[in-house]
Amino acid sequence: MNKIKCDCGHVNPEGTVLCEACGKPIEENQHIDGNDKRTLLNMRYDGSARRSQTYNKSIVDKIWSFFSSVKVGVWLIVIALLASAIGTIFPQEMYIPANAVSRDPAVYYEDTYGIFGQIYYQLGFHNLYSSWWYMILIALIGISLVICSIDRFVPLYKALKRQKAKRHETFLNRQRLYSETENVTAEEKDKIVHALKKQRYNVRNENGHILAEKGRFSRWGPYVNHIGLIVILIAAILRMTPFMYLDDYVWVREGERTVIPSTDGEYYIENKDFILETYDKNNDRFKEAIEQEGMVAKNFQTNAIIYKEIAPSVAGAEPELKKIAEEKIKMNHPLKFDGYTLYQAGYQLNEFTSMTFKVHETDDPDEKALGTFTIDLNAPKPEYKLDNGFRVVVDQYYPDYSLENGEPRSESKYPKNPAFVFFVYPPNSEQAEVSFVGIGRNIDATGENQYKLGVQDFELRDVSGLTVRKDYTLPFFIVGAIIFMLGVIQGMYWQHRRIWIHPKGNGLLVAAHTNKNWYGVKKDIEKVISGTNVEMVKDQQELDE
Amino acid sequence: MDNLISVSSTMLYTAFILYLIATCFFGATIKEKKDKGKKGIAGKIAITLTIIGFLAQIVYFITRWIASGHAPVSNLFEFMTFFGMGLVFAFIIIYFIYRLSVLGLFALPIALIVIAYASMFPTEISPLVPSLQSHWLYIHVTTVSLGEAILSISFVAGLIYLIRQIDQSVKSKRTTWLEVILFSLFIFIGFSVISATFNIADYHAQFEYEERGSTLTTDYQLPAIAGPNDGKLLTENAMEPLFEVPSWMHGANAPRKFNTLIWSILAGFVLYVLARLLFRKRIGAAIQPLLLKVKPDLLDEVSYRAVAIGFPVFTLGGLIFASIWAQIAWDRFWGWDPKEVWALVTWFFYAAFLHLRLSRGWHGEKSAWLAAGGFAIIMFNLIAVNLILAGLHSYA
Amino acid sequence: MSKEHIGNNKKRKKRNRLIFRSIVLAVLLVAVAYALVSNLSEEDTNVDVGDQAPPFKLQQVNQNNELETVELSDLKGKGVMLNFWATYCPPCEAEMPYMEKLYPEYKEKGVEIVAVSLDGAELVINRFIDKYDLTFPVPHDKNGQVMEQYGVGPIPSTFFINPEGEIVEVVNGALSLDKLEGYLKQIQPE
Repeated sequence: MNKIKCDCGHVNPEGTVLCEACGKPIEENQHIDGNDKRTLLNMRYDGSARRSQTYNKSIVDKIWSFFSSVKVGVWLIVIALLASAIGTIFPQEMYIPANAVSRDPAVYYEDTYGIFGQIYYQLGFHNLYSSWWYMILIALIGISLVICSIDRFVPLYKALKRQKAKRHETFLNRQRLYSETENVTAEEKDKIVHALKKQRYNVRNENGHILAEKGRFSRWGPYVNHIGLIVILIAAILRMTPFMYLDDYVWVREGERTVIPSTDGEYYIENKDFILETYDKNNDRFKEAIEQEGMVAKNFQTNAIIYKEIAPSVAGAEPELKKIAEEKIKMNHPLKFDGYTLYQAGYQLNEFTSMTFKVHETDDPDEKALGTFTIDLNAPKPEYKLDNGFRVVVDQYYPDYSLENGEPRSESKYPKNPAFVFFVYPPNSEQAEVSFVGIGRNIDATGENQYKLGVQDFELRDVSGLTVRKDYTLPFFIVGAIIFMLGVIQGMYWQHRRIWIHPKGNGLLVAAHTNKNWYGVKKDIEKVISGTNVEMVKDQQELDE
Repeated sequence: MDNLISVSSTMLYTAFILYLIATCFFGATIKEKKDKGKKGIAGKIAITLTIIGFLAQIVYFITRWIASGHAPVSNLFEFMTFFGMGLVFAFIIIYFIYRLSVLGLFALPIALIVIAYASMFPTEISPLVPSLQSHWLYIHVTTVSLGEAILSISFVAGLIYLIRQIDQSVKSKRTTWLEVILFSLFIFIGFSVISATFNIADYHAQFEYEERGSTLTTDYQLPAIAGPNDGKLLTENAMEPLFEVPSWMHGANAPRKFNTLIWSILAGFVLYVLARLLFRKRIGAAIQPLLLKVKPDLLDEVSYRAVAIGFPVFTLGGLIFASIWAQIAWDRFWGWDPKEVWALVTWFFYAAFLHLRLSRGWHGEKSAWLAAGGFAIIMFNLIAVNLILAGLHSYA
Repeated sequence: MSKEHIGNNKKRKKRNRLIFRSIVLAVLLVAVAYALVSNLSEEDTNVDVGDQAPPFKLQQVNQNNELETVELSDLKGKGVMLNFWATYCPPCEAEMPYMEKLYPEYKEKGVEIVAVSLDGAELVINRFIDKYDLTFPVPHDKNGQVMEQYGVGPIPSTFFINPEGEIVEVVNGALSLDKLEGYLKQIQPE
């Protein structure tokens, strides 16, 4: 547990690989970076002491050093990568198509993909990205991110701050770029220093030992981008808080006004018109493609009015409203108001609003109308009196008719497929004829009806589906993304280059290190030494033995 | 209008030819270096041709943009072509940093393969569906494909490294894997060759098949090896399928895509075998002698540098811009759509690549293998996700 | 510096490091736990047991019942069973006869059954009421406002409200006769 005092007099923390000041390899720690097996020094983190690798006492320390390992971090990334990929083999639960056999995942996967689908479902992969284990995986990456960064940033920062221009000879000759020159004059040395400065190197001179350095800030890039990622993860956690984020959906019918869900009844939306446009198939530009692929939608749009409740009222009672926005909501053009955003997300065309029926004689081939009546499908009356004396009683109304186990019923409250059981009373008769009428259906219960009802006309309207969003976490994501990008650019597009010049006898040793772009640093050195007799550095790299 | 479109196609064709000629000149640089006097002339001609070709492709891009009224990155043909253009652009950038001619000898053929592959998809100008009508279409798609193109250069350099460095004197796991990589490039060539052949022959075979109670027809442009499940051949004088695809394979035109895949692999295989017969050795072993003068450490550096440059661009285009657009168009910035997930997978992969390289010292060959893996993921995302996994991005 | 001093110094450093690491780990752990808990506990209702029942006022459509409108505040002092249902919902249909069976008895005991219909057309509700001879009040929530306010998801969904106006039980899904009676007893005024 002793601190290590180097020959140069600098006292290094335990676990140091290369002396912070002079870079001399510290004998007993060479195995840490694998320097004992190679001629070149491993320069990662400048040979500073990563604390995690040195103490391993309590549980806390053990957990800490586990997460501090980049190896663990990479494994976590690889596992997350594989898990994410697995989730795309079959569609996730939320992407089960609407026209599927069944939207029930228990049925859908087996039915569509056979035994593999069933296994996929049973392993919970149909909901992989919100599963607890996937979230834990991402969380572990987050923890690894924090701990790795803390453990590496501090020592690296200290090492780079404490580095001296005067380096130990072994440090220089075990660098990848290195040369030795026998005789160098003072003018030549000045020329080199001058040239280094001209190339915007930061030059430090300590008794003739020179350290030229440039782009050190790029070393902080990784830590900056990790901070960005942590901000993004924090934003993701915030998003799970209801106050910060809400997500809802509203169907609103043309001509109707309805409360916007999740706004505590404070806001209402009215759908003035829903517009679905398709590309003109005679359009010169797209003619061929439309012929090949069929109709292509051009625009989905809801002309909407947003109302705000003036004074809070009791739910259900007629609210007092004020118009606050009138706007066209299109795809890619959501509507924003008071922190909420409405997105055009879906539609249903041609819901019935009203139907007009006519009464005619069953055996009349012309089906001449004896009388007509119109039913408002959202508020049908119990009885309709026709001008010519007929009386029609609505016995049953199925807005969304279907036959289940031989029993007629409605699937929903929406008039998507209206059907009626009518009692038809001919003029001056108390004897009713029973008729069942729906879209494409006209069933005479007894087969002896004298009069028949037919659909003469109907009116349709569209329904627009809108997503309601409130998301206060977006700024956090944006800030995180910006920090991340700055960090990556800082780390990737700049390089930390260092050139050491070490006087030895009448000559010099030159060595250089960079964290990337060796080609670039070599070119720098070429320029710097041109016109002197200093030897060009040799690349001592050993690639894959 | 028709004029513009024909100018546009001519320009794409011109670019293709120029890249092809430039490749030959890049090839010439290898032999040239023996003769010190002429050094660089072939290289100069090659890069000049590449730049002219690139400009021609830009003209293609702009004229098509004007003709269609939107940036031509909206279907698989346009997108893959743009990706090819991005590859050339990325190559030009890296070329001017490192002046490495041999890179062109590999990067341009890959760009050619990509463009040829793209041309086999429907090339009509298609209208934009509402969700694509946004400026973010250009911003997102161009950045992401540029990022992927730069990352692909990393693969090109890695591939050269592998061919150069792997010991070909004995058969080993490494030589086999290298052949696998090379063979997969042959599959793309096979696809283009076979599609072009049957295109010229104007082959069609219509099938009718049932799916979820509705009757669908599909038009095979290649003779059916694998026909639709319970399908009925409608076209006369067309080949009856040799077998039918399993019943779980549905999804838009899945049987036809599967049939195309079989054809591509078969054609690629034939081409590969022919090449083997011609060289009488492994393809890797045949190319290796050409590369002896290339410095492996420079290749390693180019490979890494391409990732260093491409990773931020990819992150910006593939994750950040993508999220912004998704937030505007689909009300959520992240929805676990397969294409999004594969962008994340790509990102994870290159993040792991960088960490392995920076912190665990994976240089040289290990790094080159990783670059090849990254390219495989990118190609999977570009092609397989669109063709196999259904999702919001499904083109074509 | 004496040896002892160095030793103390080292000890202090070690302790500081342990504290620092423990704090960082604890913060991370809390964040992860929070994320897991908040994501995995899906909320079905906005309104929970223990909350005051939100007020509402709706038109009453059952001809067999004397009320014109139903306003929750008018029912203060009574236990209220607030049921959300619709005619097109088979499980809702199944529990209606039980409610009707227990209604007269519990009305005497000071418990009101309020069955809010989420149907669209009044006619449909009336036909349904006729079919089962329902006598309890059936308010019509045509625009789904009250449903929205109570955060009702799939129906049937039933809230049992005690005479003080506090929700004592939320039941999602159909009720059996026994269970229903059990809950009604819970909200019966003393």
